[in-house]
Amino acid sequence: MAEFGKPDVVEEEVDILIIGGGMAACGAGYEIGPWLDAAKAQGVDIKVKLVDKAAMDRSGAVAQGLSAINTYIGSEQDPADYARMVSNDLMGITRDDLAYDLGRHVDESVHLFEEWGLPIWKMDENGERHDGSKGMTPLKDGGKPVRSGKWQIMINGESYKWIVAEAAKKALGTDRIQERVFIVKLVNDKNDKNRVAGAVGFSVRDHQLYVYKAKAILLVAGGCVNIFRPRSVGEGQGRAWYPVWNSGSTYAMAAEAGAELTMMENRFVPTRFKDGYGPVGAWFLLFKSKATNAFGEVYMDRNKEMLNDYPPYGQAAVPASCLRNHLMLKEMKEGRGPIWMDTVTALANLRETLSPREVKHLEAEAWEDFLDMCIGQCGIWAGENIEPEKKNSELMPTEPYLLGSHSGCCGIWVSGPTDVGAPTDEALGDGIPDHLPSGWNWGYRGMTTIKGLFTAGDGVGASGHKFSSGSHAEGRMCAKSMVKYVMDNKDLKPELDTSVDDLIEEIYRPVRNYLEHKDYTTAIDVNPNYITPKMLQFRLQKIMDEYVAGVATYYTTNEHMLALAEQKLEMLKEDALKMRAKDLHELLRAWENYHRILTAEAHMKHIQFREESRYPGFYYRMDKNFVDEENWKCFVNSVYDRTTKTWTCFKRAHKDLVDKSKLFK
Amino acid sequence: MPTFVRTDKCDGCKGQDKTACMYICPHDLMKLDMDGSETGHAMKSYNQEPEQCWECYSCIKICPQNAIEARPYADIVPLGASVQPLRGTDSIMWTIKFRNGTMKRFKFPIRTTPEGSIDPYGGKPAADINKIADNGFFVEANGYRAGNPSELIAK
Ligand SMILES: Cc1cc2nc3c(=O)[nH]c(=O)nc-3n(C[C@H](O)[C@H](O)[C@H](O)COP(=O)(O)OP(=O)(O)OC[C@H]3O[C@@H](n4cnc5c(N)ncnc54)[C@H](O)[C@@H]3O)c2cc1C
Ligand code: SF4
Ligand code: SF4
Repeated sequence: MAEFGKPDVVEEEVDILIIGGGMAACGAGYEIGPWLDAAKAQGVDIKVKLVDKAAMDRSGAVAQGLSAINTYIGSEQDPADYARMVSNDLMGITRDDLAYDLGRHVDESVHLFEEWGLPIWKMDENGERHDGSKGMTPLKDGGKPVRSGKWQIMINGESYKWIVAEAAKKALGTDRIQERVFIVKLVNDKNDKNRVAGAVGFSVRDHQLYVYKAKAILLVAGGCVNIFRPRSVGEGQGRAWYPVWNSGSTYAMAAEAGAELTMMENRFVPTRFKDGYGPVGAWFLLFKSKATNAFGEVYMDRNKEMLNDYPPYGQAAVPASCLRNHLMLKEMKEGRGPIWMDTVTALANLRETLSPREVKHLEAEAWEDFLDMCIGQCGIWAGENIEPEKKNSELMPTEPYLLGSHSGCCGIWVSGPTDVGAPTDEALGDGIPDHLPSGWNWGYRGMTTIKGLFTAGDGVGASGHKFSSGSHAEGRMCAKSMVKYVMDNKDLKPELDTSVDDLIEEIYRPVRNYLEHKDYTTAIDVNPNYITPKMLQFRLQKIMDEYVAGVATYYTTNEHMLALAEQKLEMLKEDALKMRAKDLHELLRAWENYHRILTAEAHMKHIQFREESRYPGFYYRMDKNFVDEENWKCFVNSVYDRTTKTWTCFKRAHKDLVDKSKLFK
Repeated sequence: MPTFVRTDKCDGCKGQDKTACMYICPHDLMKLDMDGSETGHAMKSYNQEPEQCWECYSCIKICPQNAIEARPYADIVPLGASVQPLRGTDSIMWTIKFRNGTMKRFKFPIRTTPEGSIDPYGGKPAADINKIADNGFFVEANGYRAGNPSELIAK
């Protein structure tokens, strides 16, 4: 009988393994079915499995629902416009090939969501808004969405994930889905260390270790939260902006497998309603609200000259997100806080032009924006007696998060489309390890620099602004290319480079630490022989917060602080071997935190390597407090060596594939 | 707002091997206390790590007994408020109670098709293996945006 720390081993050989059950995984799970049939008709029978640490109905960043689909191009805009917006918001350094390709494909997914039952708000001929239950013309037949911004459309999205998961689950069938298994690491191929051969994880419900062999793996386990000390304290700590359960597994596992990462210095510091992290997008864009300092001054006007310090990114019609933070932080640092969202004026202005019926609808819309995706914010408004038409609300920039699909662009370097003019041969050298591919496409769309390892959504770096719809579409692209990869590699026999016994030894080490030492002290949490995952997380957060530009230092650091962080993180990584797990739940926390440490280390190394401050408002290297277009308008990429535990950072050249000057005319 | 489970309402999902709240929580927080050794209430669930709760309300919405509620976090929010949903098949109703007693009620649609009715490939074409390396997906939903070729300046 299996017992705690002595698991039954379930070994399974598949062709394609999908790690994660979020938007990207659901996209892949849906798209793959017909391609499997088509491959079968050619005599290639492909076995697929999807593994999620949670339940697909509510896993990932869309668990709570959303109130908008943030990427919908529509027939009136061009994918090139979209690629330009992505580039400018991320201070010029993104891959136009990836953004453009996403812009071409993303609306296909949105149209399916509507077909499956997602209610999408519509605008009638008189310009009046209707919620998505009213049975108006679907988008695919020319129905007009309600735009809350140039790229965003409003939805009644409480069940968004439920609906998208229903389609994916039905498409795949329950036999191909394994929930509640946390994947700990990828395993490389015994005969080729630059190829992936499998993955291993454990059940958080039973004493079972899962060892998968696979030819192709789609690693889509979301972004990373909680590497920085959150602003929330005590009981409220779980209420970060980014969902607490995405722990950097994507970046950490890819790095350990040897995949090339890109732009890991990038982070996202959203400005949100204070303490509840409620979304501000609809308030700014739909309700035309303004943000002010304590004296009612609009900081975007008051400090607008500061945008001129960052040409050309500050001069676009919509300045980059980080620069908007930069202008706000000036007010906070100079003592003109708090920062207010002036909801009272915004709603009063709207009342002047709307009928009482529309006003009532408007009030419901404002609450729905939170109830669909950030219910906790309503709890704060209700607890503090805030009705937005009567009382303004405070805004606050959050602690930093790492992600590649929202307004951030850290992630993994992937192969792009071949038909948009992307570079195909760049001079390697200048520190680029020579086993890495040259150019932006080296075969299969969405494949990383490790053969057989693919990623999408938050996993793909140097793009950003894909959001829920784009992540789904990117997952679909990967489904196609993975099927092609498997068909092209029919005779490949993946062999794991690590034995199952060694994997058990490694993965259950926290359990052994606990069982061996627990009786040494009377109180099980304080013991010199092990560290609880929770304390390890606090230590990580303290280091990152105080040395790597968290909220404690108003997002500032310098090379000396980074050098200290480097030492402290190394010792933390050593101590991670001494984590304890008193039950399966704590084993989950232990490995989540291990993934966080590696992700944090990558972030720190990249900031250290990039000798400028590319994202003012998100972080400042005070020793290099400028944007240096001449030397640093390039990608910073890295590879990690799992055996020596060391990082190699290097530059890759940037190139514009669409004309960015159009942004500034 | 960590969740809490009301002792008077939770029935442990009638002793099934998997409770609804355990099944759904994306962060593995809800746990059934089989013998009461952890909470003093046998066969009822509890939130085993309240300070890790994202307040996503997934467990609250799914509980068949409406036994789960959320209390705004005590270390930040003044006491007395509550935000409680009742999720049906096509809409969700919210009751918001303010600290000062103000009440607000909202009802929003959640889906336009019956739950479980999605027929993923119904009426859709088969994939054409010759197009596996092309742009686009196996099915066209009128959303492919080819783009103006002159925009691609490096081509
Ligand atoms: C707070 C917030 C608000 C947002 N608002 C909007 C919005 O209004 N509109 C919009 O369009 N987009 C929005 N987004 C963006 C959107 O949610 C993401 O772009 C999208 O969910 C990314 O998809 P993904 O598949 O990469 O990751 P996710 O959807 O987060 O999925 C990650 C998956 O990986 C699983 N997983 C994680 N680690 C492991 C592991 N080790 N082993 C196995 N499984 C694992 C998780 O359980 C989950 O299933 C928002 C995101 C956030 C965080
Ligand atoms: S879902 Fe509700 S009834 Fe079932 S165990 Fe959880 S709290 Fe109890
Ligand atoms: S609200 Fe969400 S995170 Fe909190 S216990 Fe319920 S399901 Fe888990």
